[in-house]
Amino acid sequence: MKKLAILLFGLLLKTCLWGQKLPAVEIKTLQGKNVNTSMFTNHGKPMVISFWATWCKPCVKELSAINENYPNWQKATGVTVIAISTDDSRSQSRVGPFVTSKGWTFEVYCDPNGDFKRAMNVTNVPHTFLLDGNGNIVYQHTSYVDGDEEVLYQKIKELSN
Amino acid sequence: MKKYIYALISMLIALSVDAQEDPKGQFSGNFQIDGQTYSNDSLTGAEEVPEKMLMNAYGNLRYNYGNLTLGIRFEAYLNTLQGISKKYDGTGIPYKFFTYKNEELEITAGNFYEQFGTGMALRAYEDKMLGIDNAFEGVLTRYNPIHGVFFKGLVGKQRNYFELGPGIVRGLDGEINLNETFALDSLETQIILGGSLVSKFQPDKNPTLILPENVLLCAGRIQLQRNGLGLLTEYAYKINDPSADNRYNYQPGQAILSDLTFNGSHYGFLLGFKWLNNMSFRSDRSAQENQLLINYLPSIAHNHIYSFAAMYPYATQLNGEAGARAEVFYRFQRETFLGGKYGTLITLSYSRVNSIDTTNLPMLDSVYPHPSHYKTTFLSIGNTRYYEDFLIEIQKKISPTINTTWHLQYTAYNRQVLEGKDGMIEALIGIADITFRLRPRHSLRTEFQYLNTKQDFGNWVGATVEYTVSPHFFVAVVDQWNFGNPNPEKQLHYYMARAGYTRGANRIQIGYGRQRLGVICIGGVCRVVPASTGFNFSISSTF
Repeated sequence: MKKLAILLFGLLLKTCLWGQKLPAVEIKTLQGKNVNTSMFTNHGKPMVISFWATWCKPCVKELSAINENYPNWQKATGVTVIAISTDDSRSQSRVGPFVTSKGWTFEVYCDPNGDFKRAMNVTNVPHTFLLDGNGNIVYQHTSYVDGDEEVLYQKIKELSN
Repeated sequence: MKKYIYALISMLIALSVDAQEDPKGQFSGNFQIDGQTYSNDSLTGAEEVPEKMLMNAYGNLRYNYGNLTLGIRFEAYLNTLQGISKKYDGTGIPYKFFTYKNEELEITAGNFYEQFGTGMALRAYEDKMLGIDNAFEGVLTRYNPIHGVFFKGLVGKQRNYFELGPGIVRGLDGEINLNETFALDSLETQIILGGSLVSKFQPDKNPTLILPENVLLCAGRIQLQRNGLGLLTEYAYKINDPSADNRYNYQPGQAILSDLTFNGSHYGFLLGFKWLNNMSFRSDRSAQENQLLINYLPSIAHNHIYSFAAMYPYATQLNGEAGARAEVFYRFQRETFLGGKYGTLITLSYSRVNSIDTTNLPMLDSVYPHPSHYKTTFLSIGNTRYYEDFLIEIQKKISPTINTTWHLQYTAYNRQVLEGKDGMIEALIGIADITFRLRPRHSLRTEFQYLNTKQDFGNWVGATVEYTVSPHFFVAVVDQWNFGNPNPEKQLHYYMARAGYTRGANRIQIGYGRQRLGVICIGGVCRVVPASTGFNFSISSTF
């Protein structure tokens, strides 16, 4: 019985680790326009997708740390960062002014009812995904502590080499 | 049993072989397990549980092949953690669906979540922290016939713990982005219009009252955007819907919500107001707490992050409230007087909620009240203050290695009206949050909190020290001391130690300590967590 369970789990893992693609889900721009996530592409270059919320302190720390390095990262690797706010309709209106005051320069979208979050199997924010130039998820990380952005950048560099 | 397992395995093998042949086929999913032990603590009143340990766990599995997605979620509450309804006790597969999607059409059969507009007409969502899951079981279609036009239609019953509620919900939503549909590229203003119709059916089995079996709610919304200025307004009207929430009041309900936002180059603001009367809308008239809600009425009060700032959180009053909020974000640029070397960010926020103005209507006779109970005018503001808070927060990087946040707050919470006891609570809160980057990937975060109040449990002081090593470890110690408790025996320390390990999308966390009686709120929906003492652990993984 136990062996069977292990076998089952192994099989599952095998199929899972095999480069997942982005699911196609409708989310919104900060201006309320519908956008399908299947449209996300960085033309053969790596892409970072980070789930966050205005009420999540580590998320905001992570995105601020990424933002500080973003121009250098872009220059060196061509990476694009996309931030997905999981704020619901209570704080969704705050997202625009919040992002402006932070001076974040990457694209921000809203996923107010967690459709994209669910499709990506995110349990808690922050949760960050790295996709290669072909749109395969090659790395993901949950939670944030200071310095995690350097680990992420290492992974981005490995992709663009 | 074994037979089924073999069948499942051969299915999986078949699918996984398929997946390798076709790069579109893939499995994904996640797990989350939260457990806690409970011991007696005569000082806090925390009690041991007969099971010694309680646990909530769930796992999602999704399979995607081309246009088709299948998913299930297994949930186990053995038994349910304190603070979440015991009615979850047990195990089951309450979430299962398959979805077919092509360019313009999407059909889901099974369980699904959905939101119309801001959620005022309809919102099915899940929040495991709150024990909320009002997913539908039925059919959902989304249709995007032409550019900028979106339709959604659904029919279903709602989840009620491991069962379904008695009512049937039918919903229809349409949205049009005028600029996209009519290719108004030259128009500087973006205009999005939307509307929803939601109706519920529940048989009338009441022996004394004649209750409406079908109740309709309609809502309309508009979203405008011009340069940095944005406006979002939604209005909803509900036909008479007597229920346990409104004590079988027959008058119709109304709600309006409006947010004006502005984004400058380094500053922004938000101005919002909300007014509602008699807007509880559930797929069972007698449902209580957070069960079987069809719509979602977000709280307008500030969403606090720090624990003392959130000591007295506000939950939306479904029977009536009038509220407003204002928030200003301003960044002083680098190399300016107030900005210093790294820039300074200031946030000011104010929110206030009052009652609506009502006049009671005379009883019909000695037994029956007037069917409408009271009379009110749209947008009227009553004299009772429910909630108020004002805060100023300053975020400032002092040096390349030191980051600080300073937070000052005033909160007034009308416990008399909101919980029926203790009158008005007023509190002043001060917080300092300082992070030191000791060396690359090593950080020390310290947090000091102070809460001053003459009511409730009196003054509190708290400190947190957290050491993190990227990308894997963290360890933290928290102490919250209720030194101002009017009862000297209750001037307790609530201490907690936590440590965690993260690797990629896998995370494990353990802790030990004493938790105070508190309220957890997300989006204006709250649950009470009783005092507890013991070990806790949490494991999560995404694959």
